[in-house]
Amino acid sequence: MIAQDAQSPQWAKKKFLHDAKVHVQDTGHRTFVQKALGGYFLSRDAQKARYRDWEQARDAASLAKWSAVNRLDELLPLFVANFEANGGQVHWARDAEEARRIILDLVREAKAKAIIKSKCMTSEEIHLNAALEKDGYGVIESDLGEFIQQLRGEPPYHFVFPCMHVRREEISELFGKFLGTPPTNSPEELTMIARRHMRQLYVDADVGITGANFLVAETGQISITENEGNARLTAALPRVHISLSGIEKVVEHLDDLAVLLPMLATAGAGQQMTCYNTLYSGPRRDGECDGPDEMHLVLLDNSRTAILADPEQRDSLHCIRCGACLNVCPIFKNVGGFTYGTTYQGPIGSVITPHLRGLSDWNHLSAASSLCGACSDVCPVRIDIHHHLLHNRRNAARTVPNRWEKFGHQIFVIVASRPWLFAAGGAIFRHTLGMLKRLPVPLLRDWLATRALPAAPRKSFRQQWRQAGKDSL
Amino acid sequence: MKISLFIPCFVDQMTPQVGVAVAQVLERLGHACEFRSGQTCCGQPSFNAGYWDEAREVAIRAIGVFDGAEAVVGPSGSCVAMMRVFYPELLKDTPHETAALDLAARTFEFGEFLVKKLGVTDVGARFPHRVTYHDGCHGLRELRVKDEPRQLLRAVRDLELVECDEAESCCGFGGLFSVKFPMISTAMAEVKGGSLARTQCDYIVSSDPTCQLQLDGWLQRNWRSPTGTIPRTIHLAEVLAGAPL
Amino acid sequence: MKAAVDTIAAGGMSARDTILLRVREALRLPAPMPHFKSLVPSGGSDIPSPHAGGSSSAGHAGLAILPLDVARPWLPDGGDTPESQLAILANNLEKLRAQMHRVADLSAAADFVLSLARTRDWHRVAYHGHALVEPLLAGVPCATYRVDGADAFDKSALEHCDAGITACDAIVAQTGSILVSSATSGGRALSILPHVHIVVATLDQIVSTLGDALHAAKHRGAGRMPSMLSFITGPSRTGDIERILVLGAHGPKELILILVG
Ligand code: SF4
Repeated sequence: MIAQDAQSPQWAKKKFLHDAKVHVQDTGHRTFVQKALGGYFLSRDAQKARYRDWEQARDAASLAKWSAVNRLDELLPLFVANFEANGGQVHWARDAEEARRIILDLVREAKAKAIIKSKCMTSEEIHLNAALEKDGYGVIESDLGEFIQQLRGEPPYHFVFPCMHVRREEISELFGKFLGTPPTNSPEELTMIARRHMRQLYVDADVGITGANFLVAETGQISITENEGNARLTAALPRVHISLSGIEKVVEHLDDLAVLLPMLATAGAGQQMTCYNTLYSGPRRDGECDGPDEMHLVLLDNSRTAILADPEQRDSLHCIRCGACLNVCPIFKNVGGFTYGTTYQGPIGSVITPHLRGLSDWNHLSAASSLCGACSDVCPVRIDIHHHLLHNRRNAARTVPNRWEKFGHQIFVIVASRPWLFAAGGAIFRHTLGMLKRLPVPLLRDWLATRALPAAPRKSFRQQWRQAGKDSL
Repeated sequence: MKISLFIPCFVDQMTPQVGVAVAQVLERLGHACEFRSGQTCCGQPSFNAGYWDEAREVAIRAIGVFDGAEAVVGPSGSCVAMMRVFYPELLKDTPHETAALDLAARTFEFGEFLVKKLGVTDVGARFPHRVTYHDGCHGLRELRVKDEPRQLLRAVRDLELVECDEAESCCGFGGLFSVKFPMISTAMAEVKGGSLARTQCDYIVSSDPTCQLQLDGWLQRNWRSPTGTIPRTIHLAEVLAGAPL
Repeated sequence: MKAAVDTIAAGGMSARDTILLRVREALRLPAPMPHFKSLVPSGGSDIPSPHAGGSSSAGHAGLAILPLDVARPWLPDGGDTPESQLAILANNLEKLRAQMHRVADLSAAADFVLSLARTRDWHRVAYHGHALVEPLLAGVPCATYRVDGADAFDKSALEHCDAGITACDAIVAQTGSILVSSATSGGRALSILPHVHIVVATLDQIVSTLGDALHAAKHRGAGRMPSMLSFITGPSRTGDIERILVLGAHGPKELILILVG
């Protein structure tokens, strides 16, 4: 995937168009994904109803993130000082390459024989597993969904529900192939297979790698949210705990989590709380019976400061990666997670990917939206997601405009600025539409391939109005 | 109240009957309507495509056209959202910002105007059909208009209003999106159109003529119903213009 | 901007300094406040208006932040009397498929643990040294393993235990969460590795909200928190296969809360 960045211009867009086309024709897959989300919508609505005022809770959540992100210059050093005071070690990574090198060095120093890892999208972003494997380190994804994706050799399909597109039969077959287990159709049994498989691996691992959901500045703790308990185990049993986090995950107060943790769970997974919300501050303390000897935190920039430098879209750093915007997005649900070709899929991915990987290659994600706004409506931290898609389009038109498109819009301005020309153009269009429909006119042809087009009326509104003698001005 | 009609370019050229119905309903309620023929398009196509410099020229012009109008009323949630929500953003920090905000405060979507501004829910219409209502996304989320059209429909004689299970889903039109990404747009029409049609309604009522274009276009071409009938789309104003027999 | 920073950085600046410099440069331009929909200034509300601390271009100074002990009357209710808290907690635990067992005193709790050990034929139960926990192990008809005993912690031994018994820091009515920590719950692994997790707590450990629990934890820690604090909300679970709920993904399949008092 990294290598592809250097490919021909527009490769990402071409791939997107191609994959989208293939995917939307796979009605079975689309229905399956839609159906899998059905339960989510029901439980989300039930949990939301328990909030005495969800909208106020959203305000408070966005305020907590806004005030932290906008004081990152102050809070990031404060967090680091407190984290180090707790005995943790901090490593700074300007980009993906630096982060990979830091982690590889730590793993080497730890003389790691086995690495266990819990779900961490930031590690997907820096392609960590590939780097570890290249250096000969085996790494096991312990989150069930990530484990399934690892066995399938695929990245996560959805950054919260990594294998939501996979059917149980396929998982059964996969486990049969890799773990030698007998076929079963029961999600329960499949889960138990993974549970049994993993237990000894936790015990054997000498390095545990996790992500982080929040970095609490005032106490120097990192907060990790998970349902399965695999992150808890990953941070409990191995001798070395390495956590990887983007710098934007800072919040100021421990108390902010009293709002953010339940909202993350409700918005993203329809839960009142995720099963385990754990705060770590450093390695095992004196007097504690277990826990790692070392705790390392790798703080990653990787273009986050570029988003930070854009006040208009700075709020996209408020994202708590709950996944709610994906679940309601008609684009995501129809093209599927892989079509994006990005670490972060869905609406928020379409907003931030151009910042992380370049506007000229990734603006098509912002264009591929009807701007319906369903995402912004559900975002627990009120990121103005769909308007940022518009902002990306504007930025692209400014910095990397398409010549023909720009020309088209210039013509449009000329017509729209002259009512007589607009009326005349409209009349010509209406009177020739019947004929145009039979010709391969670009755009019109794309419409007609799947949709009918009504016949044009003989008279426009303005004509009818004038003839009725009602024109004013 | 003297009402200035905001007839979006698509309505003007392709669905003039919607504009006529709007004027009929408003005049029946005792309000005079004017149509300022200097109006053309609100500039949304360029705005949505990212060509804001171009859109800005069109917007400034439109603001001039509606200068001094007491109330500007349009039969499209999308185009009204362009004027009310996006003109101020487009013209922020320009000399036109105040004028944009001023126009925004005077601009209304048709159904919203009847209910919120005129305080009318029963316009005395009759429409003996089973209908469902399609929320255009801009009306729903930029203007927060959801209940008003339903209030109006519930007051119509002999009309049966049913809801579909994808009520808040997008139809997939999205302007140029529908032709730049036709496969995604069509898949979205399939989801929304199918859900609307499965209510077995006679008509899909909407406040956005371009959503109607998309839904009708998809349904007429693709919908196979067990009963053999394909629901048609109709604008809210046309339903309300239907006088009692 | 970025280019300029990177030029300086190329001159041997550390990653830390580069990133912090980038952050400072980036924040030169203030960002507008989020689009609040409901937090408007209102006299009677105990929620301060986000606009109170300055205009949308306040920059760094004067940001209005919610006070730490705000009541947050918009989050799910946690109850304001011990009775209502207990009722909310019980309801939440039931929905979470956690079990709650109320007993009059520790000896009744010990009886309950004993019956569990018998009926389930446990071979080995893990625990830690704690005034609420130790009495429960008195008569269990199986081997026990104390994680914080004289010998060094043995993860394989713990892995072979059928159940782990711990105390906790607090119980949150609002969300049905049990707050455990490495200090009060026998380290990190005891409450997560065994297949069954039994928590023993007293009624007065129930607090109303998450905020209350965090507040107490912070003050108890007095600047030096335990290395791990974990809110456990129901037994371990996953929905990764077709979004169908399965309990006991990697952590305990069963969570049993024994409330004494
Ligand atoms: S943008 Fe908002 S809704 Fe989407 S993942 Fe981030 S926090 Fe959740």
